[in-house]
Amino acid sequence: MPSLPVIEPDVQAKARGKAPEGAFDPRDDSDHAGLAFEYALRLGDDALILGQRLAEWCGHAPSVEVDLSLANIALDLIGQATLFLDHAGALEGKGRDGDRLAFHRDVLDWRNCLMVEQPNGDFAQTMARQFLFSTWHELLLTMLSDSADAQIAAVAAKGVKEVAYHRELAAEWVVRLGDGTADSRARMVAGLDWMWRFIPELFASEEVLAPLLARGVAADPAAFRDEYDRRIVAVMSEAGLDLPPPQRAILGGRQGHHGEHLGHLLAVMQALPRTMPGEKW
Amino acid sequence: MSRDWPLWEVFVRAKGGMSHRHVGSVHAPDAAIALRHARDTYTRRMEGISLWVVPSASITASDPSDDGPMFAPAEDKIYRHPTFYEIPDDVTHI
Repeated sequence: MPSLPVIEPDVQAKARGKAPEGAFDPRDDSDHAGLAFEYALRLGDDALILGQRLAEWCGHAPSVEVDLSLANIALDLIGQATLFLDHAGALEGKGRDGDRLAFHRDVLDWRNCLMVEQPNGDFAQTMARQFLFSTWHELLLTMLSDSADAQIAAVAAKGVKEVAYHRELAAEWVVRLGDGTADSRARMVAGLDWMWRFIPELFASEEVLAPLLARGVAADPAAFRDEYDRRIVAVMSEAGLDLPPPQRAILGGRQGHHGEHLGHLLAVMQALPRTMPGEKW
Repeated sequence: MSRDWPLWEVFVRAKGGMSHRHVGSVHAPDAAIALRHARDTYTRRMEGISLWVVPSASITASDPSDDGPMFAPAEDKIYRHPTFYEIPDDVTHI
């Protein structure tokens, strides 16, 4: 006997009708200012969550030099996030600034991709994540340097040099760990294997962005998919690593469907501003 | 990890036309990573436009216990300073 109740056809039809939003209210995409807010939020959230993740290494990195490298990258990303989130707040027009958006939003309202919220794991996993994300990030910001939104274009143009360095540094470590000892290689293989399933989300095409793409505000990552693959393969072959086997893609971060990890990250990041609202030092 | 890494001496050129100056050292597994570490450790505040890294093991240093014979003989050779000499008034452009 099955332990679950039989799902009646009408219930099933109702559930299907909710797809792909599931239990969440469908978004109102008719509002262009709302869309631009949503897009700036994604750019800011990607940068802030990854910056916070990297900052978790502070004082724990394999050497004091690596500690500084990771903290530098984290600060670059948090700087970009501040500008994108301040801009998002201005687009929204409800008086929220970057700090308000960073410290007073809960999990369901975050729009970062799932890759950046993945746990640091060991140093190899952190570098695998950085390599796969920064390669994408650099190509995206390069395109966004020509965005029709002047503020997005300016922040992207400033950020692209920073991110190019993040990509170079991460690629160096992928090669050294992948082409290093048996232990470092196994760790890099495991790290890439963990992160690989989150790549498709970076390139997912979304109807909802169509108006922003048409106006030249947003960039379509599909335009640089081939270049992305080429760059990833080039580094991995230098490292003597095979591409991980195909995995089932995990999507949903852009809709606020996050993994268990994000809540823990936000709890640490938001604890102080929420405990002492408006506090300054 | 860093205990197993060799030490590299770091030199920074502050701006074009200046010489590279020694600023400190970093641990790194190889020269390329040593440059990254030098960049992240010593040029975070716009300190330079060019970096050198040199394996510390490649530097031959004088022996501090030998400083008498090495450096003391120069002490009383004040005529080696250009200011020792009086310049005649009719010599210009010097």
